[in-house]
Amino acid sequence: MAKYLLLKHYRGAPASVNDAPMDRWTPEEVSAHMQYMRDFAARLEAAGEFVDSQALSPEGVFVRSGGEGRPPVTDGPFAETKDLIAGWMVIDVETYERALELAAELSAAPGAGGRPVQEWLEVRPFLAPASAAAE
Amino acid sequence: MNEALLRELVPAVIGVLVRRGADFASAEDAVQEALAGAVRTWPEDPPRDAKAWLVAAAWRRFLDAARAEAARRGREAAAAAEPPAGPVPGADDSLWLYFLCAHPSLSPASAAALTLRAVGGLTTRQIAAAYLVPEATMAQRISRAKRRIAGLPLDRPGDPATVLRVLYLVFNEGYGGDVDLAAEAIRLTRRLAGATGDPEAAGLLALMLLHHARRASRTGPGGRLVPLGEQDRSRWDTGLITEGVAVLQAALARDRLGEYQAQAAIAALHADAPSAEETDWVQITEWYDELLRLTGSPVVRLNRAVAVGEADGPQAGLAALEGVDPALPRYAAARAHLLERAGDLERAAELYAEASRAAASVPERDHLVREAARVRRSPRR
Repeated sequence: MAKYLLLKHYRGAPASVNDAPMDRWTPEEVSAHMQYMRDFAARLEAAGEFVDSQALSPEGVFVRSGGEGRPPVTDGPFAETKDLIAGWMVIDVETYERALELAAELSAAPGAGGRPVQEWLEVRPFLAPASAAAE
Repeated sequence: MNEALLRELVPAVIGVLVRRGADFASAEDAVQEALAGAVRTWPEDPPRDAKAWLVAAAWRRFLDAARAEAARRGREAAAAAEPPAGPVPGADDSLWLYFLCAHPSLSPASAAALTLRAVGGLTTRQIAAAYLVPEATMAQRISRAKRRIAGLPLDRPGDPATVLRVLYLVFNEGYGGDVDLAAEAIRLTRRLAGATGDPEAAGLLALMLLHHARRASRTGPGGRLVPLGEQDRSRWDTGLITEGVAVLQAALARDRLGEYQAQAAIAALHADAPSAEETDWVQITEWYDELLRLTGSPVVRLNRAVAVGEADGPQAGLAALEGVDPALPRYAAARAHLLERAGDLERAAELYAEASRAAASVPERDHLVREAARVRRSPRR
């Protein structure tokens, strides 16, 4: 099994096929979308492939050390051009193909007009911890 | 014996060990170990006297640990490690434990975790699951908290307000695992209110009961948030409401008003309304005035503006919102609600969308996105 991160972006990914901001959908379309996401996670869990799922607030800043004895230096809120992560799902699957298949399924969540959003998700393999056999 | 009854005994058993001279941190560890032993062995071999069994087992573990520690440190150090003689808590109450675990030197999260373990008798694993952190992290948080309060005198009652704040925090937060933290907070607050007779402890208990009564109706299909005005009131728990109102009335009769009693009074007025339309917003606004006088809190000012909007119309509500800090959580949502009622749908939708971006939880965010969508779709008035 191998773990993959499915990353969803607020900004920074290419535009979705069905690209309308969510507050322009109907309330029923919003609910259908949320339901699809929950069902998807539940299916993964039932299949033994679910690890974690989290959503992030769009608020955030960059921060770095200001040097010894100085307070942290922050830069933000994020500029409009910045790539902005909305949330992620971690899956543990048999193959890379399975990871792509699941990402595509997630991307097909219904959106405006009940049509699939077809948004771009980023799929990133985890670097595995050292295995017992590795020397 | 079920686990809940077993946990009831925890503070008393810690108390016995401390009275025998154990320090709090070691006594607490010993009782946790005894508890784990009880869970393992009692199903096969139930004790005649549960408390006596726990005391004996915990004391044995305490002595074993103390001997091991003494051997490790050597004889000289062992003499210094003797538990200090000093005032010990009274025989039959565990009040001192509440104060100790909510000590002001502890951060609120540490105080909550320690209270759940030492007063609530929960295991570290259960507490970690409730707060969605690894067990090792929670174990460290608890042991650091215990180190911080080591050596504090146990006979001096602290400020009850700090205890109430911790219990309210336990009630409001906690997300996973098999333990219902809201119910646990109610259990601990009920015991505290009974033991102290403090009207504010009773006020907090009433507030919790009245909120808890609405729990089933607060979430719709798929965990979606259902706001108070749209809840199915037939699903409210009338038993909890009756108890909450009775506890509140007894507290108010003592004539020592505090913020929890005032908040409970507001919750009771909501509970009393057969429908959202029949809510007595005028009285609720008066209670918010009282609450504002007691706390001066900006959040209260914000909630008061919403109540004024219901009592005297949206324009009055918007006027009451003047001077409230727009950076407050839920400011945008409150203003959106008032603007929608005032007929400014365009601006209301924008503010709902803005509020959704600042939401603190997924259900809240989803709810606000849906509100924005709903307002954009509603016919222009």
